[in-house]
Amino acid sequence: MKRLSLIAAALAATASPLTAQTFAISGGTVVLGDGSEPIQNGMVVIRDGRVVAAGDIRMKLPPGTEVIDATNKWVTPGIVAGFSRLGLAEVDLGASGSDDTETGGSPFSAAIDVTPGVNPKASTIAVSRTDGVTRAVVAPVAAKSIFAGQGAIIDTGDDMEPIVRARAFQFVELGEGGAGIAGGSRTASFAMFRNALREARDLRGRVDTNRQDDVLLTRFDAAALVPVVQGKQLLLVHVERAKDILNVVELRQEFPGLKIALVGVTEGWLVADRLASSGVWVIASALNDLPASFEMLAATQSNVGRMRAAGVNVAIGMLDDNDTRYVRNQRQYAGNLVALGKVPGAAGVSWGDAFAMISSKPAEAVGLGHEFGSLAAGRRGDVVIWDGDPLELDSAPEAVWIDGVRQPLDNHQTKLRDRYRSLERQALPEAYRK
Amino acid sequence: MRRTGVARFAAAICVVAGLGACAVQPKPKPGEIRINLNPYPSTYQPYGSVPTLIRGATILDGEGGRIDNGSVLLVDGKVSAVGGADLGAPEGATVIDAGGKYVTPGIIDVHSHLGDYPSPGVQSHSDGNEATSPARPEVWAEHSVWPQDPGFSRALANGGVTALQILPGSANLFGGRSVTLKNVPARTMQGMKFPGAPYGLKMACGENPKRVYGSKNQMPATRMGNIAYVRQTWAKAKEYDRKWTKYEKAGGDIPAQDLAMDTLRGVLHGEILIHNHCYRADEMAIMIDVAKEFGYKIASFQHGVEAYKIADLLKENGICGALWADWYGFKLESYDGINENLAYVHNAGACAIVHSDDANGIQRLNQEAAKAIAAGKRAGIIISEEVAWTWLSGNPAKSLGVFEQTGSLKAGKMADVVLWNGNPFSAYTRPDKVWIDGALLYDSHNPKLRPVSDFELGQPGEGDVK
Repeated sequence: MKRLSLIAAALAATASPLTAQTFAISGGTVVLGDGSEPIQNGMVVIRDGRVVAAGDIRMKLPPGTEVIDATNKWVTPGIVAGFSRLGLAEVDLGASGSDDTETGGSPFSAAIDVTPGVNPKASTIAVSRTDGVTRAVVAPVAAKSIFAGQGAIIDTGDDMEPIVRARAFQFVELGEGGAGIAGGSRTASFAMFRNALREARDLRGRVDTNRQDDVLLTRFDAAALVPVVQGKQLLLVHVERAKDILNVVELRQEFPGLKIALVGVTEGWLVADRLASSGVWVIASALNDLPASFEMLAATQSNVGRMRAAGVNVAIGMLDDNDTRYVRNQRQYAGNLVALGKVPGAAGVSWGDAFAMISSKPAEAVGLGHEFGSLAAGRRGDVVIWDGDPLELDSAPEAVWIDGVRQPLDNHQTKLRDRYRSLERQALPEAYRK
Repeated sequence: MRRTGVARFAAAICVVAGLGACAVQPKPKPGEIRINLNPYPSTYQPYGSVPTLIRGATILDGEGGRIDNGSVLLVDGKVSAVGGADLGAPEGATVIDAGGKYVTPGIIDVHSHLGDYPSPGVQSHSDGNEATSPARPEVWAEHSVWPQDPGFSRALANGGVTALQILPGSANLFGGRSVTLKNVPARTMQGMKFPGAPYGLKMACGENPKRVYGSKNQMPATRMGNIAYVRQTWAKAKEYDRKWTKYEKAGGDIPAQDLAMDTLRGVLHGEILIHNHCYRADEMAIMIDVAKEFGYKIASFQHGVEAYKIADLLKENGICGALWADWYGFKLESYDGINENLAYVHNAGACAIVHSDDANGIQRLNQEAAKAIAAGKRAGIIISEEVAWTWLSGNPAKSLGVFEQTGSLKAGKMADVVLWNGNPFSAYTRPDKVWIDGALLYDSHNPKLRPVSDFELGQPGEGDVK
């Protein structure tokens, strides 16, 4: 139990006038997002775009502070999309020009950087924001090389500055997908991987000298991998098969600097103990339970629960064709992980854990847990007021703030909803209803 | 006037087997040769059942009815009675106390590709779409069904799905016949085939046919090409129908059999149901007129992402909308998808269905319905749980032509029943038990009652909860 009278005192002590961004939300069920269980009748205080305090607290607020009543509501940190292509594609198929996930025609691979491709005005970002998603891990798509390029962390705010951290990680395919790109097999993809990291290592420290003649990477691509070899940039690796998971973890013996996190990891439960002892972060598909490919034969919805029970650091992300627009379904998936707790023989997770897997855990997985994903003091003011349990199917946000700024919750879909609420013929055609 | 099945079958053997086999049989009279309408008959047999009384549950009957603290009695594979707490059990019946739980008819998915695009999704398994001509009404989805697809068991255990329609893909304007299956593991497709279910024919409009064939520099390359090709094909079917009808009435030379035209003739005679993949409102309106022009009926629009814009037309023409709760934007023709689609279609008085088209989505159709109810509520449309369950069993059964047999909890119907371990409109709820024709085929408390396909035997995770 936290009674943060000290913070209250600190807040009162600041003589500066309150800005419009200072407010408190009181009376709701507060979820901190750190894995703890919901707190009844809690409070959240935001000042200058950051969390001052949240939870089971009572503080004296400076006169004039806006207090929002959240009685019978739930108050949570914004949802964080653990893996996505959010903002990169307006339409996925047959609408050339609207899809920036494709890089097949580029001479570059590791050097590719998603930053200029993220469109903060994409309808997918607005739709996600409307459903309480406030931050996202955005990865490029691998095309001609196993190295897809550098991903970014974004926010979904209604402004022109979506990038929270550019070049936050390098994304590489080392499972079936990578094998196909590298020449048809895992042996080929691991050779490609080793060669690339060696070329990067050889390049390190050289300013302008000649490279050897037999290099495969362009200078730009090799340079992009230097921070990966040095451990200054996270390497996000997509693998599914149990043995692939171990192969990647073991790469750290050969390249000790590597800072690795894994994506996908459908067969992680088979090697959960070794994953746990490796300390590597996992951003898993939540509900894969089909042997959809030969690298997922052991797929089960209990994967996340079993890894969690073994002590693996787990977050949830949206992979495959759910990545450009369906990040809003992460909370449904998290609810399903809770449901598994009632199924004999299955491994579920607690409600608090499930929520953390879509808020603080993905933030921690990419090294930004100190910035967002929970309502701890000092975190960014990403807050959502829900009309009910956010992991339930009938709940929706009533208000969303990002960095303490109240966000619009209308979008292309809500406007169509309003336009077609009635099909009665009116004085003017539907096109005049706005 | 149609002849008996036996006589028809005997005649068909002659057509298929050729003159040699027919030589010993009497020569058919003029007009007597009939095309066998059921050459791959169902061999499905219900598994054993014990009289079972489920009591104390919230019952959603699939026709809009609800009984709190209700009872359902299953006897001899059928729903025997549905009632309140006072419903008694025959001697020796298994009695299940289901306080806090829900009982519903099994979910019926009208849009699945299980078996045709099975797991693992490799090229060797890619049997869902004969995309070699814009019109392939001669192909039958049942001839691609791999009964060992592990996806069937997930749909049963996680999704409470007791029957499903397998449709061909949507690359062609005419994709081929669908088949309706009971979700009961079997060695053969025929062993899963829903007895007596009519065939469907998959049609498609919009982006897919014009993209697939246009990219080969073939017709159709445009939406107007789509419609022209469809109309020309129906015109041929009318001619084929005239020839055979004349022969059947007056005899004469036996017309050549054309498998593609047989299917279309079945549609024109109302024996085969049209399930039309279509996204955009304007295109659905055109397809409705095409159907009127050639004298057939559309049973359902599949996907219908813009169905909400023409929900009045769906109602007026008695067409179901088989829809997702929230898919949008993956193609331009799905760009205007809204979460209220199901609620708006329902609210207009049209037939709404929640469908999956997805091996994962089929495991959560009840959850998709829950999202649609919630979206409707925010738009001011209140839809009760019992009414929403019509989207998951009653309306799907009607659109497939099997509502007489299943789709609701009414005495005499197949005992296709799910006991849920809570409210099925909650993310926290899963099937507890599933019966098909009264046979208990999934029990979450009994690992022996969890099917494992041949493919998964001996693999890591065999028999896991999945």
